[in-house]
Amino acid sequence: MNPTPSQTVGPFFGYALPFPRGGEIAAGAGALTVHGHVFDGAGQPIPDALLEFWQADPAGGRGGAPGTLRRDPVNGAILGRHGLDFTGFGRVPTDADGHWTLRTRPPGGRPYIAVAVFARGLLHHLYTRIYLRGDVADPLLDRLTPERRRTLVATEERPGVLRFDIRIQGDEEHEETVFLDFS
Amino acid sequence: MPDSQEQITAEIVESHRVYAKAREESGQESRHVLRDFAPYRSSILRHPKQPLVVAGDPEAVELTGPVFGVTDVTALDSDLTRQHVGEPMGERITVTGRVLDRAGRPVRGQLVEVWQANAAGRYAHQRDDHPAPLDPNFTGVGRCLTDGDGRYAFTTIKPGPYPWRNHVNAWRPAHIHFSLFGTAFTQRLVTQMYFPGDPLFPYDPIFNSVPDEQARQRMVAAYDHDLSVPEWSRGFTWDIVLDGAFEGEHR
Ligand SMILES: [Fe+2]
Repeated sequence: MNPTPSQTVGPFFGYALPFPRGGEIAAGAGALTVHGHVFDGAGQPIPDALLEFWQADPAGGRGGAPGTLRRDPVNGAILGRHGLDFTGFGRVPTDADGHWTLRTRPPGGRPYIAVAVFARGLLHHLYTRIYLRGDVADPLLDRLTPERRRTLVATEERPGVLRFDIRIQGDEEHEETVFLDFS
Repeated sequence: MPDSQEQITAEIVESHRVYAKAREESGQESRHVLRDFAPYRSSILRHPKQPLVVAGDPEAVELTGPVFGVTDVTALDSDLTRQHVGEPMGERITVTGRVLDRAGRPVRGQLVEVWQANAAGRYAHQRDDHPAPLDPNFTGVGRCLTDGDGRYAFTTIKPGPYPWRNHVNAWRPAHIHFSLFGTAFTQRLVTQMYFPGDPLFPYDPIFNSVPDEQARQRMVAAYDHDLSVPEWSRGFTWDIVLDGAFEGEHR
């Protein structure tokens, strides 16, 4: 069947799509923090982007679990994950500085967190991956030049804190992030 | 100096002409949007210049995706006219349709999210500061899960068209923003549903960022008189087809 075309998320998703603790896939002991900026082709941070994350659980399970939003039946408020199930899904809007933060546990199996990038001005979302380490054999990484490969690997700032910037468009000084085709 | 509508329209027409010529020569139809679509000025610095890299991994994590359940929605979420003490201003409508994968199979039990402007064309968002009234009885956010046939249904009010600053005298055709999940992360879709016969279509660079006329029409809902309820609401239908590979697709 012919697909429905994509359209930009626009500037006004902020009161509809983000939810409390959307970037806290997992918290507590053993959780790590991944954070960074989203930049445009002029090197400017993008304050109206939305990132979504999908990953396997620490044992490598890819089934996810419902309950990322988990609602209060009394008033409809979003309570969020209860912390027992690993839902595997996170959603974070960038702040006024174009910055985002994710807290999660490392996935089992393939060593990456899948990312979908949405933004005002971006007509169709983009997929990329956060590889938590670069010293791995991987069917995607192994096909990239070193410069391109580096854009997919998070850098450790200190134990438990990783940095991962996303450049929707490269500029003279910065390599564009590798984006993926799953069609 | 911001561009005129004349300039933007000329760019749209030229882009569609180039596409039609390429389609004729190659026989290849474009089924999607162009990320690099200069008439939508904000896209100029916000699209990748490098080609996408084919993931090429049958075990890719993206071939599975997040799941949602009854705890993630409440019954009131799908009726945007009942989320406040009073009734919102505007034309009451229902919007329903099915979410399908590209093989035509229903996507069951998945999350559908919508957001929209009120009847006057104003969003309940601080960044929308144009001089149209806010409606204390309308937020404009809805959610539901698709049923066993992949069907979603919302009751809401018809959103108004609204101005924006892409160029001088830029107006968005009335639309409802939709966010959809399939069974795989690859099938994720955020799009906009338009209303049939909107006179603003030829002027809007976002609608026209889809170069193919038939593909553009797949973003436009149909009026369905049988879905209208006497003295209550008008009915619209809109089916959504998700693209992208998923686990078990070829089984
Ligand atoms: Fe909008």
